[in-house]
Order: sequence, then structure tokens, then C-alpha cells
Amino acid sequence: MAEVRIRDVRKSFGHVEVIHGVSVDIADGEFVVLVGPSGCGKSTLLRMIAGLERISDGQILIGDRVVNQVPPKERDVAMVFQNYALYPHMKVYDNMAFSLKLRGADVGDLDARVRRAADILGLTALLDRFPRQLSGGQRQRVAMGRAIVRDPQVFLFDEPLSNLDAKLRVQMRTEIKELHQRLTTTSVYVTHDQIEAMTMADRIVVMHDGIVEQIGEPLELYDNPRNTFVAGFIGSPAMNFVRGTVRANGGPGRLEAGEGVSFPLGDGWSAHDGRPVVYGIRPEHLVMAEPGQPAVDGEIAVVEPTGAETLLVSRIAGAEFQAVFRERHAFRPGERVALAPLLDKVHLFDAETGQHL
Amino acid sequence: MATDAERVRAQETAAPIDLWTRLKYDRNWLGLWFMLPAAAFLLLFLTYPLGLGIWLSVTDTRIGRDGVFIGLENFEWLNQDPVFWLSVFNTFLYTIVASILKFALGLYLAVLLNNHMPWKAIIRAIVLLPFIVPTVLSAIAFWWIYDTQFSIISWTLTELGLISENINFLGEPNNARASVIAANIWRGIPFVAITLLAGLQTIPQSLYEAATIDGASRWQMFRHVTYPMLTPIIAVVMTFSVLFTFTDFQLIYAMTRGGPANATHLMATLSYQRAIMGGNLGEGAAISTAMIPFLLAAILFSWFGLQRRKWQQGESDD
Ligand SMILES: Nc1ncnc2c1ncn2[C@@H]1O[C@H](COP(=O)(O)OP(=O)(O)OP(=O)(O)O)[C@@H](O)[C@H]1O
Ligand SMILES: [Mg+2]
Repeated sequence: MAEVRIRDVRKSFGHVEVIHGVSVDIADGEFVVLVGPSGCGKSTLLRMIAGLERISDGQILIGDRVVNQVPPKERDVAMVFQNYALYPHMKVYDNMAFSLKLRGADVGDLDARVRRAADILGLTALLDRFPRQLSGGQRQRVAMGRAIVRDPQVFLFDEPLSNLDAKLRVQMRTEIKELHQRLTTTSVYVTHDQIEAMTMADRIVVMHDGIVEQIGEPLELYDNPRNTFVAGFIGSPAMNFVRGTVRANGGPGRLEAGEGVSFPLGDGWSAHDGRPVVYGIRPEHLVMAEPGQPAVDGEIAVVEPTGAETLLVSRIAGAEFQAVFRERHAFRPGERVALAPLLDKVHLFDAETGQHL
Repeated sequence: MATDAERVRAQETAAPIDLWTRLKYDRNWLGLWFMLPAAAFLLLFLTYPLGLGIWLSVTDTRIGRDGVFIGLENFEWLNQDPVFWLSVFNTFLYTIVASILKFALGLYLAVLLNNHMPWKAIIRAIVLLPFIVPTVLSAIAFWWIYDTQFSIISWTLTELGLISENINFLGEPNNARASVIAANIWRGIPFVAITLLAGLQTIPQSLYEAATIDGASRWQMFRHVTYPMLTPIIAVVMTFSVLFTFTDFQLIYAMTRGGPANATHLMATLSYQRAIMGGNLGEGAAISTAMIPFLLAAILFSWFGLQRRKWQQGESDD
């Protein structure tokens, strides 16, 4: 096990720079998730850690060693690929044993390690099969087995669950997390699914267009997003945003959103009076307004019950607002509804920079 | 929605149906209908000449004179004929040496061409050239290259001071054998190389990345990933290559006509010489027929070699 330090790393393909100076410190034994929209450079960063891509600038350290010039096999990392990349002509056993064989491991030791890994992952009965005789979930497990037999310093995962169906994905997510708790090997996990990131990570690195937007523990990102991008990316359903101007002449303020609509604000915004901002409120922080409570009026557009909770889409000031209710209400499309934001959960961002105020 | 065939089967259990409906809708019969054109085609263009050839081999037909059935006399006669056995030896030598070298060089070339390099498309096109040039044309070119007086090889070696007199490429038995084999290899490599290259390109890049991280060297990647994944294609290519080489005619006939002293006579060229030049259709056909067991053996070998490996059997869903 080892820590991984990424220092101002850049990557260019030809003349196009796709990673613009990323720095992340990953502690020994930590499970870090790189998350971000498609094309933001997550895979590229991961592949640079693995040694599959050259590092254009900056440094990556594994343990205390700068690995920029170290070939992949000497970095002692294991990687799980999105398409698993199992060797189709090798049985499960041989797939898992391959790296040890190449290293010239002692046969008894090799066998013991493969069987232990198979046992951990519930693959013992499948050791004699070829990859094509396995289900998607089983293949996924073999890919993990191939990584853990080596007992590497670092595990790298590149969207390992994206080829599985939704149910299996949830199950494997738990399994990977359990596995990490058991092995405590430093892990870097790439996904574009923020729920996966939230549920699995010790810490999340939110990336966007080749830069790091924010690094933090899942709930920290949820509670204190640094900017509109993180606020909108973390959390599902996504945070509602509305542009407007702060009006806070003493007392409780409000946000003027145009068309005569205004959103309630708590105390303490007077310093920002008159400032153009983006107002953000999460769907789960909108409640049905009590009489007299500061609220905003909307027209119900869509009602989506999922059983445990109900998603309400309403139209306010021409924009769609999502709200989630755990309790059941008799909503009907077309009716009007008064929604009250929880005032201490409101986020304000600078209208130009998107930074949190 | 029930298809016609299903409806028919449902009816079959209920009431007997007339033959015509059955012929029209039963899936087995339908299969037969669809197969018929192809079968007729094969029968006409493959089976008929083959059957005729075999029939001729058990007659004493000569050009211009119908023969009569003489049983295996032609074969007994050939069995006594040292020239026939020499041609068998030559054919095997030619096939084995040329096929092995074509395979080795073709695979090497394919792996080279599979790398990224400048002007990849042009280089690949150039590699195909020997395959595109008509055989007879390339045979004539080789004939010239191997010429006793004007050979460019002899000339070059002389200029370099390596030899003092011209090499007698096609005039001396072993030289002639080596020369025709070299020409055959030159001609056969593109087929092997390009087909194997196509096979190489079906191997997913991620397997190499996985192998890299697993710690495989380039040679180990070739040995443990590339080669095993390529075996099914190798089996196909080499079967064809062996069949083409074993039955080769044009190259030899244009370059040496089997000479010197029958040293390069293959079964195919000998057959042609005896049947068409010599007029002994029966005997020539017998020589050709004698090739059949060897070709069958090669096909059977590849049949088992070609059987899909266990790891590829059935459909895969990715
Ligand atoms: N080999 C390459 N050559 C040129 N550009 C590349 C190459 N690989 C990636 N890129 C570019 O680098 C950027 C980041 O790609 P990357 O694969 O890291 O994205 P990602 O965050 O993993 O996205 P996804 O979630 O879709 O996998 C993209 O804009 C992509 O087009
Ligand atoms: Mg990716």
C-alpha cells in the first residue's frame, strides 16, 4: 500500500491540452473517486497513474517514488478496465494467475493466492471457465480478482460498473466497498456517476474540462459545494438554480428573479444587497409552505412518485424546479403549489464566476 | 405473431396437411429450396470436373481417342515411375518449405505492419503488390532475375566481389528448387501477411493494456496474447496457403517447366505435361487424382485445427 501524490499534472495529446494542471494527494489506504462529466479527463488521469499514458508535465508519486519514467509493470498498480479486458483464451484461473506467472512466482504460492482471491470474490466454482461462459457480473469479479491476486500498492478502476445493469451495479458497488474495507488498498476509482461517487468514496475529486473543481468528502461536497458546477453535479436530483438579484434592506432578504417572482432568503445577506447572483436550492430542501411562511408560488408540471418519495416538477418564473417529498401529497398537474425553501440550505453563487458566496 | 411454419406445425398435430403446403412452408423443406441454387452451382462447377478427372484416371484415354476402363493400371504404372515419385518429393519439399517460410515471414510482416508508422496505408498497399501482379508476369520477372547471364542477383554479388562467376539459378537441381521456392514465397507472403494483419486488428487494445499492467514484456504479449488469439485465423490462412502451394502450377511452369532433369516438377506440372503435352489424359489424370488424398489430409487437418477453440464457442455477447 502506498499514497499517491499527483502534482500539477498536465496532459496534451498533440497540441491539445486535455488536463490542465491537476493536483490531488491520496492518502495510504484511501478510496478516492474521480468523478466528472464525459470527456473531462478522468480516464486520462487514471491512465497516467497506471503508466499507460505519458505524463506531459508535472509529477506523479506512488509511495515516495516519482513514477513519471517508471514503466507500468514496475509501478505495482493493478487496474480494472471498463470492458474488463479479460484474456478470452484463458480460463478464469489463468486470467487471475497471469501476472504472477509472468513474475515467475512460486507455483504453490501462486495457487494459494489465486484461490484466496477467488474465495474472497466467490469465484471458486468458476475457476475452470472461460470468460465467455460468465455473466457480466462474474466477469467483473474476475477482473477484480485479477487485480487483487497481485496485492498491489494501488488499485485503479476505470468505470468498472458501467457495463452492468442497474441492479447489479448497486450490488457490485457494495461489494467493491466491502472489499476495500477488507483489503484497505489505496484505490482510485473513476466514474461519471455521482451516486457511485457519493456512496463509495472516502473522498471525491470532482473534475471538469481537465481541471479539479473541488476535492472533499462526499457530504462536504454536498453541503458546501465550492461553485455552481459542483453544486449541480453532486446530488440527485440536481440542485435547482435561478438567477436574480439580492434584496436585503435589513431583516430577511429575498431574491428578485424577474417576472415579479421572488425567492425568500434568510438573514445575513445584507452585505450582498443588489448583487446579481445564482440562487441554488436542492430539491430535498423545498417543503410545502405553511401559511405565513415565506414561499414561492409555482405551477405543478409533472408528478413522479417512486414509492419512497415523490418528485415534483413545478414551473416557477418560466424555469422548472424540482422538489422531493418523502411524505405523500395529492399533487395534480396544473394546480398551484407554494414551496418554501429551507432558508439555511440556500446557496448563493456569484453570477459571473459561479463561486459560492 | 405465428409464422407460417409455426402454423404448419400447429396444423400437423391437428390434421394432416397436403404435400404442397408442406413443401411450401415446412422450414426443413424451405431450407432445401434455398440451398438448391448453391448446390447446383457446386455440382456443376466442382463435382462434375472432379468426377470426370477421377473417371479419366481409371481409363486409358488419350487426346483424340476415347479410352476404356482399365482399373488401377495407371496408378500401378505410376508407382513404378521414378519421375512420379520425384515429383511427389518435390511437391512436398516445395509445400513444406514454402509454407513454413511464408507463415514465419508473413506473421512477422503482419506484426510489423500492425504498429503505428508513417505512411502506413501506402506500405500496406505495397505489401499487397506481389499478390496483385499476375502470376505469369511475376514468373517471367523471376525468370529474368534468375537468368544465367543477366541475373541482377549475380550481377550485384559480382559487383560486391562476393562471387566470381554467375550463379546457375535455374540450371542446377537444388538451385532451381530453392529459386522456385523463393519465388513462391515472394508471391505468397502478402496473402498471409494481410490476412493475419486483419486478424491482429481484431485483438482489442485493452488486452495489451491489461497485459502491460500485468507486467508482460513485448515478447510475452506476443506469446500469451497475440499468438493464442490469432490461432484460429492462422489455421485458416495456413490451410489455404498449403492448398495453393501444393497445387501450384503457373509459377513453376512459367519458370522451369519442371526442369532441370525434373528437379522442379510438381505433381501438377507433371500431370499437365503427361496429359496435355504428352497426350496421355488417363495417366495425367491419375497423377492429379493422386494429389487428392494429400489434399484431403490437409483439409481434415485444418478441419480439426479450425474447429473453434473452446474459448470462442457459441456467441459471445460483447
Ligand atoms: N488518445 C487520445 N488522443 C487525443 N485525445 C484524446 C485521447 N484520449 C483522450 N483524449 C481526449 O482527452 C479528453 C479526456 O478524455 P478521457 O478519456 O480522459 O475522458 P473521461 O473523463 O474518461 O470521459 P468518459 O467519462 O467519457 O470516459 C477528451 O476530450 C478526449 O477527447
Ligand atoms: Mg473514461
